[in-house]
Amino acid sequence: MARNLETTTFQGYRRENGRVGIRNHVIVLPVDDLSNAACEAVGNNIKGAVAIPHPYGRLQFGADLELHFRTLIGAGANPNVAAVVVIGIEEGWTQRVVEGIAATGKPVTGYGIELHGDHETIMRASRTAREYVQWASEAVREEAPVSELWVSTKCGESDTTSGCASNPTVGNAFDKLYPLGNTLVFGETTELTGGEHLVAERCRTPEIRERFMYMFDRYQEVVERHKTSDLSESQPTKGNIAGGLTTIEEKALGNIQKIGRKCMIDGVLDKAETPDAPGLWFMDSSSAAAEMVTLCAAAGFVVHFFPTGQGNIIGNPILPNIKICANPRTVRTMSEHVDVDVSGLLRREMTPDEAGDALLEMMIRTANGRLTAAEALGHREFVLTRLYESA
Amino acid sequence: MIDFVVHDEDDSVGVVVVEGVEAGAELRGWIMDQDKDIVFRAANNIPIGHKLAIRPMKNGDTVIKYGVDIGLAVEEIAVGEHAHVHNIKTKRW
Repeated sequence: MARNLETTTFQGYRRENGRVGIRNHVIVLPVDDLSNAACEAVGNNIKGAVAIPHPYGRLQFGADLELHFRTLIGAGANPNVAAVVVIGIEEGWTQRVVEGIAATGKPVTGYGIELHGDHETIMRASRTAREYVQWASEAVREEAPVSELWVSTKCGESDTTSGCASNPTVGNAFDKLYPLGNTLVFGETTELTGGEHLVAERCRTPEIRERFMYMFDRYQEVVERHKTSDLSESQPTKGNIAGGLTTIEEKALGNIQKIGRKCMIDGVLDKAETPDAPGLWFMDSSSAAAEMVTLCAAAGFVVHFFPTGQGNIIGNPILPNIKICANPRTVRTMSEHVDVDVSGLLRREMTPDEAGDALLEMMIRTANGRLTAAEALGHREFVLTRLYESA
Repeated sequence: MIDFVVHDEDDSVGVVVVEGVEAGAELRGWIMDQDKDIVFRAANNIPIGHKLAIRPMKNGDTVIKYGVDIGLAVEEIAVGEHAHVHNIKTKRW
């Protein structure tokens, strides 16, 4: 029996800015590659403080640098994060990230390594991280309506079962969340190639359609500029091809099953931008799993639907990924990675409505605190998108 | 039990959803959008997730799945044959 989603609630963490998170992380966030070691040392010192290392942040400029800051600030600002310790090689950019996160009202402190060295920085940052972890550990979950969940989606290591079953399961769930006023997002710009006309038809206004096509064409130009022969083996990937997907068009048509049949696209975001209203948003983004999920975390999404066919194992340190799989072989050989098994759809033992409801049930359990497979397995892929070379 | 699914009755291919399909096997299919049953015989061994042709295609024909163009047949493909990167290519990129 399906739940009445309008009256269903979950227990979440209400943050200072009014948003509701489903996790209570204290993160130690490096501004740049040089600061990873200090962040990881703080994470090792303090139980419950999670370092999220990444390889960038030096000599970036222009739009690429803006995206770097937007992603780091967005990750810290995400409602799944209770408090943040920021460490950078120098004070200036460190404070820029701190100020961006502080706009949410949550506790955040930054440390520059220059003039202090790693030892003193690790000691000072560990003191703060310890205070934050103890403070956060007393936070109490509060009741919130399902409509307050910001839900993102992106699939990975897709095969033909993704388009037949696991992606339509996400679409069924999106069609049920949309009328409640949830904030939803999808993206994967190049992975709409061959189905872009179908996405364009779903845009609510001509202005939104024009903005979507601008983003789509902008990404096609990147592919055209850098491609050698074609993108076969990368788009579709070797894993996609092993799973039976032949062309980008076929992959795209499977991909767009995730936006269901009823919901309309209410707006278009650039990478890591935060929506300013409920509805379904398209975010221009890479189709690489960890990049796209990181951009969703930075945009403020708190729970992610991740359908897979061949078995993508990705997780994220901030944004829990619920794995949905319909390939019976993957469910059998990689069961520890699967949260929702919808292989019954391909045996006609399950209807699309039942599959969508099973996913929504797992969403509510995840929101209430159940660890996803990727969380339990320790997957914390935090991957920043780069637009071009450093200076 | 079903052995393969088809999205739309006008599609030229279906997707094998069971393991171990061998040449000559009779396959039970389900057309999802119209909820119809069909039967085809596999012409090759076809792995789970891979496609079989349910309409004959000539070199240069457009391949249809989800009722939409997914690429180009680059050789003749007979009904029941394995349809994949060796006989279908993208029209993009």
